[in-house]
Amino acid sequence: MQLHRTLVSKLLLVTVLMFGFGFALVPLYDVFCEVTGINGKTSNVPATVLADGIDTSREVTIEFLARPNKDMPWIFKPEIRRLTVHPGEVHVMNYLAENPTGRMIVGQAVPSVSPGQAALYLHKIECFCFTQQQLAAGNKMLMPVQFYVDPALPAQFSTITLNYTLYDVTANWQGSAATENLGE
Amino acid sequence: MSAITHEHEHDHDHDHKPTGIKRWLFTTNHKDIGTMYLVFALVMFFIGGSMAMVIRLELFQPGMQFVEPQFFNQMTTVHGLIMVFGAVMPAFTGLANWMIPMMIGAPDMALPRMNNWSFWILPFAFLILLLSLFMPGGGPDFGWTFYAPLSTTYSNDSTALFVFSVHIMGISSIMGAINVIVTIWNMRAPRMTWMKMPLFVWTWFITAFLLIMVMPVLAGAVTMVLTDKYFGTSFFDAAGGGDPVLFQHIFWFFGHPEVYIMILPAFGIVSAIIPTFARKPLFGYASMVYATASIAVLSFLVWAHHMFTTGMPVFATLFFMYCTMLIAVPTGVKVFNWVATMWRGAMTFEVPMMFALAFIVLFTIGGFSGLMLAITPADFQYHDTYFVVAHFHYVLVSGAVFSIIAAAYYWLPKWTGYMYDERLGQLHFWCSLISVNLLFFPMHFVGLAGMPRRIPDYALQFADFNAFISVGGFLFGLSQLIFVWVIVKCARGGEKATAQVWEGAEGLEWQVPSPAPYHTFDTPPEVK
Repeated sequence: MQLHRTLVSKLLLVTVLMFGFGFALVPLYDVFCEVTGINGKTSNVPATVLADGIDTSREVTIEFLARPNKDMPWIFKPEIRRLTVHPGEVHVMNYLAENPTGRMIVGQAVPSVSPGQAALYLHKIECFCFTQQQLAAGNKMLMPVQFYVDPALPAQFSTITLNYTLYDVTANWQGSAATENLGE
Repeated sequence: MSAITHEHEHDHDHDHKPTGIKRWLFTTNHKDIGTMYLVFALVMFFIGGSMAMVIRLELFQPGMQFVEPQFFNQMTTVHGLIMVFGAVMPAFTGLANWMIPMMIGAPDMALPRMNNWSFWILPFAFLILLLSLFMPGGGPDFGWTFYAPLSTTYSNDSTALFVFSVHIMGISSIMGAINVIVTIWNMRAPRMTWMKMPLFVWTWFITAFLLIMVMPVLAGAVTMVLTDKYFGTSFFDAAGGGDPVLFQHIFWFFGHPEVYIMILPAFGIVSAIIPTFARKPLFGYASMVYATASIAVLSFLVWAHHMFTTGMPVFATLFFMYCTMLIAVPTGVKVFNWVATMWRGAMTFEVPMMFALAFIVLFTIGGFSGLMLAITPADFQYHDTYFVVAHFHYVLVSGAVFSIIAAAYYWLPKWTGYMYDERLGQLHFWCSLISVNLLFFPMHFVGLAGMPRRIPDYALQFADFNAFISVGGFLFGLSQLIFVWVIVKCARGGEKATAQVWEGAEGLEWQVPSPAPYHTFDTPPEVK
């Protein structure tokens, strides 16, 4: 019986560890994606260091897309569709948001870059996606994103598409618990 | 002989007072529990099968005929869940309970009370799942893979019941797996060394490790779905900083080893049956053990081949593609060994052998379509079409299920003490073999032509093929009634089986009388 007990406790330990591993996959996945940039997520942290210089020898086209999620009633679009930049140059681009409804709505934009690997080279100094945005009924606003393209961008990327999906998070904003998730 | 039988009957009276329903409720006997698992699996096979019949009825003709799309989705979902967790896995666990102690010369499973518990929570899990179909809004309808956000944002109110039933199934499987490992590790008869264990024992040993590694991950995935849906977390919700693709990674980290959980014991069964009816020892025993172990290790490195179309980087797709193709090597070793075992053997073709032979051929077909699916660019075309449905039904129905049927025929005389009706068994085999191919082979063609899976309607050009497939499906379903008939007939009587049953059978389970006495190997047997 003692023989069984030792083995059973070892096997139960494996089971518990694997249950934990399932949850550990969540932060591991985020870290993995952030390090490799393979899922097109840009960093949630503002870039503080600027590029050493501007590489005037090459041009990169940045395409801007915007999409309100299914349940999001805001009108949400970029001011311009396309911008050609030199790597290292800092640019400011505005997105236009309008709340046509009769109530206050809180929005959270989630960025996605394609091709995914280019996400590592698109640095944002300031972005409306870093925080939640609120708009009172009938109001509109310009939401800026300040960014530059890393001069280290591999030559194979000549066009980068930056897409924002805007979610209605009013429900979570009122309940305070879930907002902590968003601020990071 | 009669003295031995008498002694065992006496034993029985002495140890087990409860009769009737109490005997089954409170039993800790591995044979009783094995029988309950097997009967439960058979019942679930027919419940899940009748859902497949609903699916095939709706797809018999284009257009909406019999059921609502949402009900159709519930049928595909619950059919998958029941067949995976209710039919195939409990059937293998039942076989493990019955055969492993007898094969290694142990008196019972190591943890008999836990064994009782791991069986008896199972009917409740499936009761919860099946009753959820009758809730307002219906049962789970997001596919057995329950991808987020289908199972979080868009699912109906019964999702909590789905989650709890999966939790219970998981706990049951984990307890069963721990029991198998402890039994094999600690309770082998003297001189039953690792490399003398029958392959069925080996494959189950490795399967049990896979179970305790991945069932907890499934439990984690359903828990995350539960909290995302009901408690405001955002594991898979992009708006809250989560990622729906993460769900697929976690699910398939469980899901791919899971498919090997459903096939490794089948390899063990076929490795027991082929040598018996070829009257030759298994060719390449050691390589079989190593091949099984390497398949188990590789199963943790291939999960993302289910996700090629999610937009992975090229490097990742190549890694998962090559790892997937690598699995063909140990699997090929196994197929080669089975064929080599039969080479110049004195073969006879009783029903277990027929099903085992059909397994080798049809499982290999399913393996080849799996290789096609592993080719990333090709997968972009095949993904979510009937080609995938054809592939996994070839490996699961004509693979896993055929092996379970073969095992049932092979060991029925040992369980009941009577020979089954060979003529009826052969009828069952030929009906099953023909109908299973009518059912699943044309699915390759409609899949390659682009018919999507999990949709209750289809474009008109697929009409003839689908009518054909449905007829095959109905025939296959009906053929399984013959199986029930054979089992019932065999349990009630027939020609007395000898201890060895099959002329070429070797192993400890064939040294005890048929039917196997309630208690076997109270004193460890002599292992040569």
